[in-house]
Amino acid sequence: MAPPTSTPTLTRRPAGTDDGAPRVKEPRQGAFARAVRRNLTAHAFLIGAVLCFGFFSWYPMVREVVLAFQKTENGVVSWAGWSNFVYVFNDPDFALAWRNTALFTLLALLLGFVVPFVIALVLNEFRHARGYLRLLVYLPVMLPPVASVLLFKYFYDPGHGLFNRLLELFGLPAQQWLQSSDTAMLSLVIASTWMNMGGACLIYLAALQTIPGELYEAAELDGAGLLRKIWHVTIPQTRLILSLLFLMQIIATMQVFTEPFLLTGGAGPEGSTTTVVHLIYQYAFNFNNYGAAAALGLVLLVVLAGFSAAYVRLNRAEQE
Amino acid sequence: MRSSGFSTPHRRRTAVTFVSALTLLSLAACGTSSSGDQDPAPGGSADAATPLDPKTKLTLTIDCMPPAAKKAELKQWKEDVATFNKTYPNITIDGRSTPGQCLEPPRFTAMLKAKSQPDVFYAYFTDLDQVLDNDGAADISAYVNEKTVPALADIDPDVMKVLKKDDKLYALPTSNYRMGLLINRGLFEKAGLDPDTPPSTWEEVREAADKIAGLGKGIAGFGEYSAGNTGGWHYTATVYGEGGEIVGPDGKAAFNDATGKRVAQNLYDMRWKDDSMGKTQLLKWGDLQKQMATDKLGMFLAAPDDITYMVQQLGADYANFGMGPMPGQKATLFGGNSYMIKKGISSDKIKAAVAWLDLKTLSPGKGQFAWSRTKADGLPVGLPQPAFFTGAAKEQDDKERADHATMPVENFRAFTDNPVDGKAEPPKAQEVYKVLDTVMSTLLTNKDADIDKLLDTAEQQVNQVLANQ
Repeated sequence: MAPPTSTPTLTRRPAGTDDGAPRVKEPRQGAFARAVRRNLTAHAFLIGAVLCFGFFSWYPMVREVVLAFQKTENGVVSWAGWSNFVYVFNDPDFALAWRNTALFTLLALLLGFVVPFVIALVLNEFRHARGYLRLLVYLPVMLPPVASVLLFKYFYDPGHGLFNRLLELFGLPAQQWLQSSDTAMLSLVIASTWMNMGGACLIYLAALQTIPGELYEAAELDGAGLLRKIWHVTIPQTRLILSLLFLMQIIATMQVFTEPFLLTGGAGPEGSTTTVVHLIYQYAFNFNNYGAAAALGLVLLVVLAGFSAAYVRLNRAEQE
Repeated sequence: MRSSGFSTPHRRRTAVTFVSALTLLSLAACGTSSSGDQDPAPGGSADAATPLDPKTKLTLTIDCMPPAAKKAELKQWKEDVATFNKTYPNITIDGRSTPGQCLEPPRFTAMLKAKSQPDVFYAYFTDLDQVLDNDGAADISAYVNEKTVPALADIDPDVMKVLKKDDKLYALPTSNYRMGLLINRGLFEKAGLDPDTPPSTWEEVREAADKIAGLGKGIAGFGEYSAGNTGGWHYTATVYGEGGEIVGPDGKAAFNDATGKRVAQNLYDMRWKDDSMGKTQLLKWGDLQKQMATDKLGMFLAAPDDITYMVQQLGADYANFGMGPMPGQKATLFGGNSYMIKKGISSDKIKAAVAWLDLKTLSPGKGQFAWSRTKADGLPVGLPQPAFFTGAAKEQDDKERADHATMPVENFRAFTDNPVDGKAEPPKAQEVYKVLDTVMSTLLTNKDADIDKLLDTAEQQVNQVLANQ
């Protein structure tokens, strides 16, 4: 007979050593069963979401990793080692696409990060018609992206587009906008900023409204002007939101596709708007090379994940 | 202190189970792509050669049934199904229609990958390699013969050749085209040009484009693509027309020569010296058609069915268009559409598919070649496309087409009376076109373009693409 124990054993008995003593009930299973019973309704509600995520999000991710190391020839799927990655790195447009994507991200940060913040600052100062102005700023977000992009296609037309007409009114020379490799990328960024800044503006505005008025009053008493108040009060008080949106902006802009695809046909003048995601699209849907598309997608994922991790760590270190 | 009832080993076990399940799921998914799911035809190839037993009962799914918006075409489809069912009363034709084009490359490649294509599916001539790579089409060589397709001997051998690989037949044609020069007759007349004799050399094209652009009001004389890989496609067509090659017999880029440079220089001159190509560039398929349909463009390289698109979708008038041969006339890019039959379906289904395609797309006087019906339904008759018959079938079809023409067929006389040899697309066509697209977009958007440097870079990149496996 087993000696009585004050604490139940956590290990199973080896097979064939049963001496007829009553089994000690395994507390882990019991705890698990109790936990399941206690949250049965919650688990039932979760099942749908988990299945959806599993099927439409996690499974495709796993498949992408698998595809990146496979090739299909004459209907036979085989492991390809690193050959898809070699193909991608040997593509003459590989470096160009990364350069263009980096340029778009940089310009989109300069414009798309600063402009909504400045607009939010201005909106925050208004005492009248604030709701109307907010709606006005948010309106472009409600337009379908394709409609917005096509609108800009007409604005940018070098012959009779709105922008060149406006330049003419002020006696300025007409620009080629999307038709020149010098201005095509900037034109994409302007369109993208207009389309997307509404959401960022509202988030900034909400953050600005949480800043206590006393801080500004104290700064004024210390003789701070407008810029100093923004630098010493507004930015530190909204740093968390700014960091978050900065990160999200980078992740979103590095995946740019709709704007170049619709405005410049993808590659643009002299290939100046070929982006990484457009290259992925070309591999998958024009070249039928899903392996290469998955490989480049994986490279992009690694870059974005690495960048995100570094940034989050930096941010955490700053806060500590 | 634990926050939940899960111990560390338990959590590890759960994680291991989850990862194993995902791995198994992935491997299972990979397994579905193997080529072992072919249902062999009972009775072997001798059995395959015999026509379908009229008593056979089955359901056949078929791509590209006209959508409800195309009433006349849908009516004809239903009539053809009824005709088919007179011979094969137990076969159900389950037509699948798609809005817009029958085949959109992104949807098509995804469909092949998912193996969700119907039993009989629509494909471009150039899709054969990618379909076979995805194990998507059945070898129908044994099923197609003089008994099952009576007009087989009269189908252009060049067309049949592109539907074969290693001497095995994988598709049957539904339409084919040879590229030529599409003109706006109204603008030709306004510019003092003769629309009955369209330009046949690039010197003549340049001269005519200059005169048409001289009409002003934003009218361009000649238009070209330079985006979405279509620019590379047209650069290829133009080089072919001048007798050049894109990829030589040695498998390397062959366009960086006097011909390739002459083509590039001519486009550059029309764009920047003559200013006869309009200001808006980076155009792709669909853009030039809109310009021409609204009388803003005088000429562009196209296949005859672009006219149908402009009339049916953009409201233009057939009488306003004409066609000439490909400038240069040394060769022209040719292509077309076909139907393939899904690999793995039963032998009877393949026979039924061949019988349906024979009726619908391969018999003079029937299906798509029933020109009297087409005319009665208010659809156009008289375009020089499809044109894949030769011999007696061609004679019969030409006569019926002329008898029921609903448009001035003499507008296409310059095109039909000056047939130019067809030439297939280069290997790795889309990847090569992507590189050549940059050549076109640079020529048409950069006034300081250095043609020698441009073609040197493109040659190097195309060689890189061709060597990249």
